[in-house]
Amino acid sequence: MVAEGADEPRREWWASEDFWRKCAIFVTGFMALVLVMLTFHTLTVIEAGSEAGRVPAYSVINHRIGYEFDEQRNFAVPVIGPPAPLFGEMLSEEEARRLVDHGKLTVQARNCMNCHTLLGNGAYYAPDLTKAWLDPGWGNESAREILMTRFLDDPIANARTFGTGRRMPDPNLTEAELRGVIAYLKWMSAIDTNGFPHGFTPLPQGPLTGGGR
Amino acid sequence: MTFGRLEFASLRIGQKLAVHYFAVAMVLFLAQMLFGLLAAWQFLDPAFLFGVLDFNVNRMVHINAMVVWMLYGFIGSIYWLVEDEAGVPLVGPRIAKAAFWVFTVAVTIVVVVYLFVQSGPGDAWTLWLINEGREYIEAPRWADIGIVVCMLAIFYNVAGTFLAGRWSGISGVLVLDLVALAGLYLAGMFYTTNLPMDQYWWWWVIHLWVEATWEVLVGCIMAWGLIKTLGARRRIVTTWLYIEVALMFGSGILGLGHHYFWIGTPEYWLGVGGFFSALEPIPLVAMVVHAVYDAGRHAFRANNHPALAWLIAHAFGNFLGAGVWGFMQTLPQINLYTHGTQWSSSHGHLAFFGAYVTIIVAMIYVAVQRLRGNVWMSAGLQGGWRWKWALGLTHLGMMGMTVALLIAGYEQSFVERAIGGSTWQAYFEGQTQPWFVEAMWWRMAFGVLMTFGVVLLLWDLVRIGVGEKRPMKVVGGLDDVEETGSGPVPEGSAAG
Ligand code: HEC
Ligand code: HEM
Ligand code: HEM
Ligand SMILES: [Fe+2]
Repeated sequence: MVAEGADEPRREWWASEDFWRKCAIFVTGFMALVLVMLTFHTLTVIEAGSEAGRVPAYSVINHRIGYEFDEQRNFAVPVIGPPAPLFGEMLSEEEARRLVDHGKLTVQARNCMNCHTLLGNGAYYAPDLTKAWLDPGWGNESAREILMTRFLDDPIANARTFGTGRRMPDPNLTEAELRGVIAYLKWMSAIDTNGFPHGFTPLPQGPLTGGGR
Repeated sequence: MTFGRLEFASLRIGQKLAVHYFAVAMVLFLAQMLFGLLAAWQFLDPAFLFGVLDFNVNRMVHINAMVVWMLYGFIGSIYWLVEDEAGVPLVGPRIAKAAFWVFTVAVTIVVVVYLFVQSGPGDAWTLWLINEGREYIEAPRWADIGIVVCMLAIFYNVAGTFLAGRWSGISGVLVLDLVALAGLYLAGMFYTTNLPMDQYWWWWVIHLWVEATWEVLVGCIMAWGLIKTLGARRRIVTTWLYIEVALMFGSGILGLGHHYFWIGTPEYWLGVGGFFSALEPIPLVAMVVHAVYDAGRHAFRANNHPALAWLIAHAFGNFLGAGVWGFMQTLPQINLYTHGTQWSSSHGHLAFFGAYVTIIVAMIYVAVQRLRGNVWMSAGLQGGWRWKWALGLTHLGMMGMTVALLIAGYEQSFVERAIGGSTWQAYFEGQTQPWFVEAMWWRMAFGVLMTFGVVLLLWDLVRIGVGEKRPMKVVGGLDDVEETGSGPVPEGSAAG
């Protein structure tokens, strides 16, 4: 047994406590710095309505939204089409923001994310809602708003469940909450998610060109 | 000292607090299991408690109970070792006690509101008073603030005690890590309309907790645990700890990017996240090597067999659940299909169990031994079948659930994500495949098995060492020279 202390034999650098302490501090500091820098950049990119165009302005709910394959990026991306106002009302950016905000608050307050996933995050008891606005289950463009409103207003009476019996409980939404939730889902479907979900085909809609932005 | 009887009075202040934290942790662990069973049963019988305790409520209680009890387990572990490591009594026992009670009352109120109020109108009041609706950190804002205040009180005690006593490599890492851990919680305490922004910061809390700061925290606990149960050499253990910190933070901080593939964040995260998160298993391998090397070097001569067994389980469980199961889906090419499926759930279960349940249980065994008057807990301890069966059943149950969920996740990725294009209908096509349905039954069955294991574990924790007359085995002696300042502090000497 070697007594440790002053007369201790010198250790190789790679076995020395001091070397690894410095290494830990340096690596942590460096990685944290890189993360902070990337964060600054990412935050400007994901600002709603920023120039990068990844996260749309809230007024995107005034438009038809598509999801089409992009040759260059090699996956599907949202396409913002001509005006197609939600519930027939053109909204200003601020009005649209308030509506979407009410929807987001409602989705949090009713805890939808402990059954559903949004952008793939959440729970796995019910379908992903990233593209719920575009889901072929709503039939076609003209039926969508009515069916969606009806479903969210009373998901028990309008249950589909595909033979599973797994129904959505009634979230008891007020009229305003319901509109907000649908606006929120519409806005969400226009977020550029690098091609997730893969292979998703939206319900039939009118043309996406002409009058777009 | 009387052997085998409760020795609560002779514990140090911090250790008494630790026992409180551990007790609440174990109660919440059982609650977590029960709500997990309810949620799992609803997959099989969706009419069960429909409209009364819906799936989202059960799931919220299930995962929140987990997060909270693990925090309790960590705080308990830290209080258990702080005076021993610092060599002086806790600096602010009154504040520490108050923090415990405030925290516990707050948790109780939050759970009662979850169960009986459940949700509220779509406005900011609901987020302040009922729940925030964000997975894992659903606790309403008032509780967030309460938690932060309690954490400050705890931090004051931990850092203050080290300042008043002596520092070591372990305590240095521990204190810095706690600063980061508590600071990160703040990233989850705001509301924004912008969902990508919301999820960006939400992952700072979730990922940078479990794959960075919590990992380092348990690294500290592991280091201390190896010294105590095996008599491992402090210098070696500390050097390893630094290596692990470098590897863990080196990969885990930017590994955060594996959650930024599909949430609206820029494309460079596909590369950054894929690359760095793929390196994350390396520190976990290092931890296994370390634990097994130390245990082997000391020929498994431990003074506390259950604790050592759970420590080894931690090393392997961490590697398997986080390292292997995480790695499986961490490259964007694969994650595109597995994202948000039962695959994630499979990984989430095994990782939280393997990495965190195990080490907290090990620490509780360390505490229980002291609580019983430092009795014999090595080979041939009385009623030793209990801890062995508890260990076996919990692990068998967890592995069974994990494998069932993996099969379900594989099927879901294939049918819903790859072929079906993730529509409403494709989702249900996935959910109705025979493989999926059978896997849900197996998950349920293994969940029940695991729950038996947990009940047995709790029973063992209150019974182990009762009636034991032999004193604790003396360990170390190979080459364990204490290197920090004043040398070993006799157990119990600093009792206030
Ligand atoms: C208890 C679990 C649960 C909760 C909570 C829940 N849902 Fe659902 N949801 C379901 C289930 C199950 C389905 C499938 C229902 C069916 O097919 O009949 C569903 C279906 C849907 C659909 C149609 C599916 C699609 O792909 O378009 C939408 C939209 C939806 N939910 C939105 C919401 C919103 C918004 C909330 C919160 C206000 C919410 N859900 C809360 C379980 C839930
Ligand atoms: C102890 C450490 C870890 C724990 C406790 C843990 C836990 C979890 C949990 C609970 C989730 C699901 C999150 C949700 O609800 O959406 C998750 C997701 C994920 N984890 Fe881990 N994890 C750990 C380590 C790792 C490691 C080391 C890797 C990679 C090598 C990894 C890769 C992933 C990936 C890629 C996802 C995303 C899954 C998805 O897209 O749905 N994890 N983790
Ligand atoms: C009786 C045993 C258990 C059962 C039956 C069970 C069941 C469940 C169910 C049904 C869910 C919801 C998954 C979904 O959204 O589809 C869930 C989620 C979760 N459970 Fe458990 N659970 C059990 C034990 C545990 C344990 C011991 C842990 C960890 C220590 C744990 C951690 C988690 C986590 C982290 C999630 C979220 C997963 C994710 O979002 O990916 N569970 N559990
Ligand atoms: Fe992660």
